[in-house]
Amino acid sequence: MSAEDRVQLAHGGGGRMMAEFIERHIRARFGEGPLRDLPDASRLAWTGPEVVFTTDSYVVQPRRFPGGDIGSLAVHGTVNDLAVSGARARWLSLSLILEEGLPLAEVDEVLSSVAVAARACGVGIATGDTKVVGRGQCDGLFINTAGIGEPIAGYALSCETIRPGDRVLVSGTIGDHGLAVLAARERISVAGGGPVSDSAPVIGLVETVADLAGAVRWMRDPTRGGLAAVLNECVTGRPWGIEIVEQRIPLAPATGALAELLGVDVLHVACEGRVVAVCAAEVAEEIVRRWRARADGRQAADIGVVVERPAGAVVLATRVGGRRLVDLPRGELLPRIC
Amino acid sequence: MRYSDGFRQPAAAEALVRMLHERMAVARSRRGAIAVMEVCGTHTMAVGRHGLRRRLPEGLRLISGPGCPVCVTDAGYIQTAIELAESGLGIATFGDLLQVPTAGGDSLAACRARGGRVQVCYSPLDALRAAAAEPGREWVLLAIGFETTIAPVLATLQRAHDAGLGGLSALVAFKRVLPAMEAVLADGRTAIDGFLCPPHVSTVIGAAAYRTIAERHGRPCVVAGFEPLDILAALVALVELVAEGRAEVRNEYARVVKEEGNPRAQRLIEEWLEPCAARWRGLGELPNSGYRLREDRARYDAERRYGVTVRTGRDAPGCRCGDVIAGRMDPPQCPLFRRMCTPDSPVGPCMVSSEGSCAAWFKYERAEAAAPG
Repeated sequence: MSAEDRVQLAHGGGGRMMAEFIERHIRARFGEGPLRDLPDASRLAWTGPEVVFTTDSYVVQPRRFPGGDIGSLAVHGTVNDLAVSGARARWLSLSLILEEGLPLAEVDEVLSSVAVAARACGVGIATGDTKVVGRGQCDGLFINTAGIGEPIAGYALSCETIRPGDRVLVSGTIGDHGLAVLAARERISVAGGGPVSDSAPVIGLVETVADLAGAVRWMRDPTRGGLAAVLNECVTGRPWGIEIVEQRIPLAPATGALAELLGVDVLHVACEGRVVAVCAAEVAEEIVRRWRARADGRQAADIGVVVERPAGAVVLATRVGGRRLVDLPRGELLPRIC
Repeated sequence: MRYSDGFRQPAAAEALVRMLHERMAVARSRRGAIAVMEVCGTHTMAVGRHGLRRRLPEGLRLISGPGCPVCVTDAGYIQTAIELAESGLGIATFGDLLQVPTAGGDSLAACRARGGRVQVCYSPLDALRAAAAEPGREWVLLAIGFETTIAPVLATLQRAHDAGLGGLSALVAFKRVLPAMEAVLADGRTAIDGFLCPPHVSTVIGAAAYRTIAERHGRPCVVAGFEPLDILAALVALVELVAEGRAEVRNEYARVVKEEGNPRAQRLIEEWLEPCAARWRGLGELPNSGYRLREDRARYDAERRYGVTVRTGRDAPGCRCGDVIAGRMDPPQCPLFRRMCTPDSPVGPCMVSSEGSCAAWFKYERAEAAAPG
């Protein structure tokens, strides 16, 4: 591979090479909308009075893993943060930090993956930036995306509205993303196939129950820290707690097996394409039914209930009939999974 | 997963819990309450993780024993390891030791942040890799633990020996599980009617090794795996043996543990080590309860090689880890538990280690009191 086939410092230098890089790699894929004339900032038409705004950075290692790559993840992660906030993503920013020496072919693969995922999510790339740092100053390729979205009518999500008796739902199997990345990084092979990341947009799951939005109290995508972290976030400092039932929590066999093997509590492992929702009991069955009718929610389940006691804690009813606390993960369990 | 699912079947668990309650009812009518010590910290963790304590019948109490290697290691050991790191040596250690505080509040993690070369290992073989990767530096492997860990550490030293790799030695504070069980009985402050014996240690020493405890001390011993059905089945057996006054050894983990243990690992221990007195947090100095490297292997012994001695350390003020380790106190009875001492800010080793009783109680059982029946 010659020097021309790799990222060079001059690709971020503001001169001719950077202009060519933007033209060939960025505008070729994203030049249809606001990026056509490469403005310093994009002016976007807007309908409602509110925007919902979020940002996230992506440093996953390895950059490709079963079920996705850093490009698709950089779209899904940000689109999903908006979705579980009750908003449909409209525009993303796309910032790249590239390490000198990275093959341009790999940059192309990642950008193509961004383009495919953005199209599938119905979101445009409105603005972007590229920086190049010297060899050894970043690990290959980091991405930041920010997203703005429109509120979906009816969602007024807040922990404050949760009441004992409300149900806790999850849209599919848990822990697949974190363990898929870990297995890829550590080259752990699992007979019969290892875990596959669930990285995917969840906006469809949110929209399909939008007419029931008034009865949906709260939603999260259980990324870092997994199901345990989002449920603890929900109960901390509240006058009620949550009880979940181990046997009802959907788990892919390969993910469960690997978690056992590594001694990792799968409740602490990240998903990238799931929704955790707390809703009024009377709509729980209907939401699970509608989610299960979709390909991205086939294994949705009602996994537990909001309880009066113990307040401020998440308790797991175990398979063997016991009960135990579900704690927050301590320290950094699985670094660089997103 | 299917393999482990088999040992967590709800229906089988219900059946065993029912049996346990029935046997315990008989035992209570004959002799009153029963206290069983689970020697191994990973058993304590499994009890917490599967919520088993709530399934125990009235009158049956589980007491955590001295089976967490990090917890029983004397406080002075960490101080010596820090001194070795500060003299420029590389330190290879399992992650659990990193956060253990000295009485002065120092730790290997803090030493690393100051620039000490402290490398976390997932296998003792990682120490060989570290030594090979930095040939200009001599490395010390922190070698604590019971027979389970002793064998792989010795296999690592054997490899270094065979490869002529001169730069690796070990700071040895190995422990033997049987003398600790005997010491807990001799201490007498905690009544123990039987032992739930550690599975991994037993793969090395063999189930037959517990005959001493059964025959000399009149306490039944049952070797159990870490799955919830393993533990329940072992408790059923223990309650029955205690009720009938039969001090016998049972192996409920025969799918892994053999009567005679692992002869190859035992040979390795004999070749490399000799028994010696050892200091235990909570139990004090016990004769023949540890191992040191034999004279002809002295070059692999960091103490002799670098002229250092692990001195008796002080525990942090107020720390009751010693009482927890010896089974004299359950973690929530310690005045520091949850108040001064948490996993994020531990005072003693039992709150640090992934096998520590305090960590297990904090992680899985601290809301138990508030939970509805």
